[in-house]
Amino acid sequence: MNKIEINDCTIKKVNDICEKFGNKSGELINVLHETQNTLGYLPEEVQKVVAQNLNVPLVKVYGVVSFYSFFTMKPKGEHPISLCLGTACYVRGAENVLREFEKELGIKVGEVTPDGKFSLDCLRCLGCCGLAPVCMIGDKVYGRLEPKMVKEILAEY
Amino acid sequence: MAEYKNYILVCGGTGCRASRSSELVEELNKQLKIYQLENDAKVLTTGCFGFCEKGPNVKIIPDNTFYTRVKPEDAEEIVKEHILKGRKVQRLLYLDPDTNKHISDDKHMEFYKKQVRIALRNCGFIDPENIKESIERDGYAALGKVLTELTPEQTIDIILKSGLRGRGGAGFPTGKKWAIASKSVAKPKYVICNADEGDPGAFMDRSILEGDPHSVLEAMAICGYCIGAEHGLIYVRAEYPLAIHRLQVAIKQAREYGLLGNDIMGSGFNFDVELRYGAGAFVCGEETALIHSMEGKRGEPTLKPPFPAVHGYLGQPSNVNNVETFANVPIIILKGADWFSSIGTATSKGTKVFALAGKINNVGLIEVPMGTTLREVIFDIGGGMKNGKKFKAVQTGGPSGGCLTEKHLDVPIDYDNLKAAGSIMGSGGMIVMDEDNCMVAVAKFYLEFIVGESCGKCSPCRIGNMRMLEILTKICDGKGTMDDLYELRDLAHVIKDTALCGLGQTSPNPVLSTLDNFWDEYVAHVRDHKCPAGVCKNLMEYHIDPAICVGCGACQRNCPADAISGEKRAPHTIDQSKCIKCGTCREKCKFGAISIQ
Repeated sequence: MNKIEINDCTIKKVNDICEKFGNKSGELINVLHETQNTLGYLPEEVQKVVAQNLNVPLVKVYGVVSFYSFFTMKPKGEHPISLCLGTACYVRGAENVLREFEKELGIKVGEVTPDGKFSLDCLRCLGCCGLAPVCMIGDKVYGRLEPKMVKEILAEY
Repeated sequence: MAEYKNYILVCGGTGCRASRSSELVEELNKQLKIYQLENDAKVLTTGCFGFCEKGPNVKIIPDNTFYTRVKPEDAEEIVKEHILKGRKVQRLLYLDPDTNKHISDDKHMEFYKKQVRIALRNCGFIDPENIKESIERDGYAALGKVLTELTPEQTIDIILKSGLRGRGGAGFPTGKKWAIASKSVAKPKYVICNADEGDPGAFMDRSILEGDPHSVLEAMAICGYCIGAEHGLIYVRAEYPLAIHRLQVAIKQAREYGLLGNDIMGSGFNFDVELRYGAGAFVCGEETALIHSMEGKRGEPTLKPPFPAVHGYLGQPSNVNNVETFANVPIIILKGADWFSSIGTATSKGTKVFALAGKINNVGLIEVPMGTTLREVIFDIGGGMKNGKKFKAVQTGGPSGGCLTEKHLDVPIDYDNLKAAGSIMGSGGMIVMDEDNCMVAVAKFYLEFIVGESCGKCSPCRIGNMRMLEILTKICDGKGTMDDLYELRDLAHVIKDTALCGLGQTSPNPVLSTLDNFWDEYVAHVRDHKCPAGVCKNLMEYHIDPAICVGCGACQRNCPADAISGEKRAPHTIDQSKCIKCGTCREKCKFGAISIQ
């Protein structure tokens, strides 16, 4: 993990979230959800603050963060791309679309472009299998994808 | 609903919203205003209609016109023609692929004809964010009946007699589960709704929560009354923002109407519901793992017994049911156990919701009586294979299920038949595959999923699945041997027999069922180094047909690996040792001279 400095303002935000959930250890997952919503990711320093507030060992917080795929310790790009690799998308050729994204962006799954503009991730099922294969960029869903559409889609950003 | 002449129902499920159905709603409202028809017609955003393939869907009642693939730009025509002049917009009607005629009414569409909607009874008919519409369609009537006319024992007896089995996958009788939880003496008790639908390609529970959240809340309250619990918890995936939003709205409204909270309907019974969020872990669908996750811990399963009915959330007796199971409860109470048990087969009663997806014409959410055959589902309701390809396999039960083939098509779907055929009912994912899908690669796909989702607690699942994945990768790379196939089978059986929880015990199913049903395809990969479906890259070779190639050089210029050589206006060749099998040459060739062998 990269060492980062977190400022007092961030610490206060995290403290407030913990407070909102009564600093209860049973609310750990809810606290992490809201913290990630606010900060975008959960670096080690933030996990330390959460651990102190909820009075649980840091190892437990880290255990939970690393267990669930929804939580991330790396910041995402400005426009996070999530490509669905659920079964319905897979059988309709999502892998080829993924390869095209990797080729166009020059990054692999889980990475961020050097300029911080895009990050590429896979997820399992967005639940719009009628549009398979699909991807989401930010909140916008793109459906019925073909590898040749990738360039055009990226050009929108 | 009698205040307006027309109601325009617009599907607001996730699939249709992704195709701009919210914009469509705005545009319809705008057009109604322009044509001064606001008092004649009302636009409602409903839950999923089920016909996701043709979304966004719009239905106009009372004349039941069903429009498909409606874009925001079509709003004006619908308002001007249909609402104002009463003329149906022909071009937006569903086109029957067999007769090539437009069908205006969903009752006459093949997709809906064989369906019986019980769990989905309200999806697509009501505005899920308006409790009044739910109540108009008998919402909370079953709760009223239970609280005023029935004892907990009598209620459990109805559920028991109805033959309702858990819709989450394992098929445990719901009434029995409630009876066990009701006998636990410790207090407080908890009612838990499992809405952690992690199965890729399945969206049954989400559609119910999005389309009819009140039925689930009502059923949880009924369950609470039966087992003596005052607290309900819904564990819902954080990836389902719309379902979460609609649940929050529904809970708020139910509290305002006194249908949740203290002294419900003056009966002295207290019950309230809270939400808990998942964070993306497939194993949390397993009830013990789910409970740990709700307690803020890693979602690792524990050995059963003790069952949650005795030692569950916070160590207290808890009853865990799946969303679809709950959605069936209110209507069983209202219509009776005999009505419900008259639908279905000898051992599986009622209906089952399936998320039908993959290489099929009509992707969507369907509900059919137990005992319907796979053939009816795929070829009648599903409209057959996409692009006229040949049916190869249907995968049921997600990563815990198996692949069934042509010979299973006439098997009536129920818990026991699917198990006997080597798959499981599971939560209801149903993915159809055609001749272009490689079954070895599909088995590998599922194992990749399992390896990623294994919690790591027990070694058969953590290590065994990894070893299986390594073998499958080897086979797909063309380096497998016949011994690998036998070892794969051995490993699969060991994992099945020794893993700790349901996830591990069922994880080898995709491998075992493909080994059983597609043995020849595995052998082709290993012995002949060929992928018959043309999917496994390392087993493919691109070849240029010298008879067709005109030597334009397009392939040569675009090849990223400089693997193509040849003189201008003379047939080119591919150097197989350099080729990275990216397929660019085949895409760029205007003459179709390049084929995969």
